[in-house]
Amino acid sequence: MKHNLQFDFIADKQKNTLTIRREFLAGRQLVWDCYTQSELLDQWFAPKPFTTKTKSMDFSEGGHWHYAMVDPSGTEYWGYTEYIKIEPIDYYTTLDAFSNAEGEINQDLPRAEWLVNFTDKDENALVETIVTYKSLSDLETVIQMGMEQGMMATLEKLDELLLTLNK
Amino acid sequence: MRRDIFQAIADPTRRAIIALIAIQAMTPNAIAEHFDTTRQAISKHLKVLTECQLLKQEHQGREIYYQLEIDKMKEIDKWLEQFRKIWETRFSQLDDLLSTLKKQK
Repeated sequence: MKHNLQFDFIADKQKNTLTIRREFLAGRQLVWDCYTQSELLDQWFAPKPFTTKTKSMDFSEGGHWHYAMVDPSGTEYWGYTEYIKIEPIDYYTTLDAFSNAEGEINQDLPRAEWLVNFTDKDENALVETIVTYKSLSDLETVIQMGMEQGMMATLEKLDELLLTLNK
Repeated sequence: MRRDIFQAIADPTRRAIIALIAIQAMTPNAIAEHFDTTRQAISKHLKVLTECQLLKQEHQGREIYYQLEIDKMKEIDKWLEQFRKIWETRFSQLDDLLSTLKKQK
């Protein structure tokens, strides 16, 4: 199924942010539910071929989502997202982290602030995700980790690339 | 030494050189005139760009003109595409879920 839905993907080197905007063929409430209920998140959050499984979730300010992305061989990559501010059904902010299966946060790996904004676009919902890292090297580290092997040589040059793209 | 397109764009002067000759082929002297740095520094950048296979030389009489292998720039695009893909697959899964949920209602 192919739609002409808005999709922007912007990297900003100055602010160390990734901005991702995407329109969805559904109302705001339904899209909000997909982002904020674990049984729904589990069905889409990990990009193929990964799957998502939730260990625990408490969607409230000060609450958390403890989940794993599981690759086809069964390896689990644990994440721990803390919910900071929630304003249904307009936006929420989180602080994400890498963790282990026990939910202990890995302090050596970068954390990022997420601001997820929900707005109406006619009958559709527009979701804007702004991910802010503390530094550019944090952003690089995370992107590096999320990538398949074989790309490492070029990853060192991410900051310069982002700069070029901003021009 | 192995060089790639990302090394080519790693330096601001080289990016400026790329922008310059993207418009038209130029001689090394003409390129150097656009910069405050020494002619040698520019030559070194041109050497790197050539090693990255982003530049090709064309002889016209006694002059050497540098021009851009613009196709090479596509590698950057292809590389960035992978990051976009992660979000794209994630969102297309959400599309599927949304359409399933809407049908259930």
